[in-house]
Amino acid sequence: MASHGIRDRVAIIGMGCTRFGEHWDMGIDDLIVAAATQAFGDAGVTKEDVDAYWFGTAQSAMSGIALARPLGLEGKPVTRVENYCATGSDALRQAVYAVASGAYDMAMAIGAEKVKDGGYQGLNAFPVPGDGTARTVTAAAMFSMVAPAYASKYGVPLADMKTAMARVASKNHHNGARNPRAQFRKEYSVERLCAMPAVAGGLSVFDCAGVADGAAAAIVVRSEDAHRYTDKPLLVKALSLVAGNGSGLGDPNYDYTTFPEVAVAATDAYAQAGITAPRAELAMAEVHDCFTPTEIVLMEDLGLAERGTAWKEVLAGTFDLDGEVPVNPDGGLKAFGHPVGASGLRMMFEAWLQLRGAVPPERRISTYGKRSLALTHALGGYPGEMVSLVSIVGVA
Amino acid sequence: MRGITGWGTHLPYPRLDRSTIRGVAGSGGGTGAGTRTVASYDEDTTTMGAEAARGALRGRGDRGDRLQSLWFATTEPAYADRTNATLLHAVLRLDRTIPAYDATGSVRSAMAVFRAGWQGPGSSLVVTSDTRTGLPGGPDEAAGGDAAAALLIGDGEQVLAEIVAWESVTEEFLDRWRTPGAPASRLWEERFGEARYTELGAEALKLALGKAGIAADAVDHLIVAGLHDRAVASIQRASGVSADRITDRLASTVGNPGAAQPALLLAAALEAASPGQNVVLLSLADGADAVVLRTTQALASYRPWRSVRTQAAAGAHLAYGRYLHWRGMLPVEPPRRPEPGRVSAPAAHRNAGWKYGFMAGRGGGGDATSDTVHLPPTAQDDTRTPVADALATIVTFTVDRLSYSLSPPVVFAIVDFDGGGRLPVELTDVDAGEVAIGGRIEMTFRRLATSDGIHNYFWKARPVREELREEPQEK
Repeated sequence: MASHGIRDRVAIIGMGCTRFGEHWDMGIDDLIVAAATQAFGDAGVTKEDVDAYWFGTAQSAMSGIALARPLGLEGKPVTRVENYCATGSDALRQAVYAVASGAYDMAMAIGAEKVKDGGYQGLNAFPVPGDGTARTVTAAAMFSMVAPAYASKYGVPLADMKTAMARVASKNHHNGARNPRAQFRKEYSVERLCAMPAVAGGLSVFDCAGVADGAAAAIVVRSEDAHRYTDKPLLVKALSLVAGNGSGLGDPNYDYTTFPEVAVAATDAYAQAGITAPRAELAMAEVHDCFTPTEIVLMEDLGLAERGTAWKEVLAGTFDLDGEVPVNPDGGLKAFGHPVGASGLRMMFEAWLQLRGAVPPERRISTYGKRSLALTHALGGYPGEMVSLVSIVGVA
Repeated sequence: MRGITGWGTHLPYPRLDRSTIRGVAGSGGGTGAGTRTVASYDEDTTTMGAEAARGALRGRGDRGDRLQSLWFATTEPAYADRTNATLLHAVLRLDRTIPAYDATGSVRSAMAVFRAGWQGPGSSLVVTSDTRTGLPGGPDEAAGGDAAAALLIGDGEQVLAEIVAWESVTEEFLDRWRTPGAPASRLWEERFGEARYTELGAEALKLALGKAGIAADAVDHLIVAGLHDRAVASIQRASGVSADRITDRLASTVGNPGAAQPALLLAAALEAASPGQNVVLLSLADGADAVVLRTTQALASYRPWRSVRTQAAAGAHLAYGRYLHWRGMLPVEPPRRPEPGRVSAPAAHRNAGWKYGFMAGRGGGGDATSDTVHLPPTAQDDTRTPVADALATIVTFTVDRLSYSLSPPVVFAIVDFDGGGRLPVELTDVDAGEVAIGGRIEMTFRRLATSDGIHNYFWKARPVREELREEPQEK
């Protein structure tokens, strides 16, 4: 038994991504058509050229029919994918593996979420009939427990912890402000963010991801075929998914300062990609900043900072657009918005643009031209009980 | 010898200060003195009854496995048509061969279940519970209280107070009535009820004392329960028992908890009694029941799980507006979140050991050496351990102002149980500002929400309060 990976066997040849936001005038079908049309155009292919589809949506639709109908697909295999907030990333993983297996020549992964038709703020899980004993607390509340736990473990004064969290939000808003597809395009100072009232533990609304509608898509082929479609394909280096067993919630040794599912997925992905020093090798990372303390802990679980130091690195600007390893250069979940099924593919869309030099200078990563690898990371669930998917792609 | 072998009581933590009523309602609050107990937003007569019943068994160190019947009485059943006592049965993890029955609707149903338990056979657990409401500004609102009291009844050397006489008189007359579902009782002119109850109470008392062969001046503790205050007062005066031997009715702290009052006051009297004393309970409801008890030597060494006095002295202030909201008298802006879904009947039934009995799992994965305690049990656990009575320590916590709640904010904690097991759990009977890492909690059975008319019962955690932990030892 081993995780061999499929390094360099499959490549992305075209992508599409809608603006994320409150699309009162667009339904899930409109979002799907918009993202797919962009991707088809980007790759120079048609829907008939694509042999199979993987459609990620957490709770906006059911079954492959929800993709086949708006795109008007005829006789195509379409799989609906759901894996919490890793849904979009997992759709891509399955499309990539299908091509790598030789089953298909060309596949599309597309993720879409129509959140803003629900009538409530925030994300609201689909109710599964149960015995009524499941936790009802919000994701914000669950993740809010990370900040004091981290601060306590590493002796970080709570004021410094709050500043570091605000610095994460400020950075991501800075990046989002420069991105025409982002939900929020306004910058916020650390001082202003620190003054926001708490809604869950120490988290303010501005410590939470934006809730948005949106869709994103990618088309993949075998690497040897990629140059028929583009001069600059994005090679898939690694895909690693871990579904936690929930034991962290009941484990007295779990301390809310790390996400073990992420650390395991990252280690596996780096091994698949042959990466030994991620901080020195990665040009950028798009990570699942669902809440600001999450991004701080992720820097450590993904090996971009030593344990107990990420908060200092955040304050030092290590992960800024012009820092040593830019993180969430597109604005992240925080500023770009979080349509659950689309987010993983949105992250990949940013890697697609940045590594291939397709962004304007004002939002270009500092490492452009010097490094060739990007990491995307999605997680779904809560501290102690989550799925985590780490993808690594590169242009060389 | 047959009689009371133990008791447990539950007084809810929120307290309504009567002086706050008049400023809002424009009238009422009685004299404005003192407080009444108020069932919290997540309590009902079933959950309060469950807490009292747990206390009765814990005071005795009894697992309930020798019980031969469980009885539950209230005027405010959480459900009609289906039995509420079955929930208590599940919370207490009783064997299915132990029957559980309700008697609901009238205040007098409390004495009915007490009498049924006394008549046996064997050991029985009698639980009475009530919430009293009344319309805003009215006398019942101020005079009422919410409480539950449970009595263990049995034979032999465990008897703490032998029941030596029980006399009952019954008469049809109209004093107090309520249409099912109505929030408040209605009353006939009180002089009429006073006249009837005074006569009926005196008659029952005389019969019972005669049966027991004692005179009024041999009564050490006289308890007069009933919702008709004037009748109670006149019987107390006419009883021939001196005022210092009449059990305080807890009006200044608890209020009158209707169907729970007879057992609650009997518990309070027994907590104050010494061995070899005569305790008389007279309940006025659609007639009168008079019970003469004689305390035994065993009473000297019995310690209730939590005494009435310590619970009455505890509690936290509840704003009148919030009380009105909890009672459905004041609609407030609902949380802007989806309402919780209804509980699945088969899922709740399959998981009853966890949901109601709070049983943890152990030894998952077929690994007999694994001692990990799982809350909830996993599908591969092969043993079940009761955890409801264990204490736990807060590892970390958060205050959630976004989550759906009838009483926001939600205070939520990760707790580690003594003896193993970690649980993320909602806290109740708590002020968000008083929670701290390292704080100690105990489990309490509550109603989380109601959807489609189905009550979702489960457990919450509440702080262990020092004032409730230390039982006064002097009598």
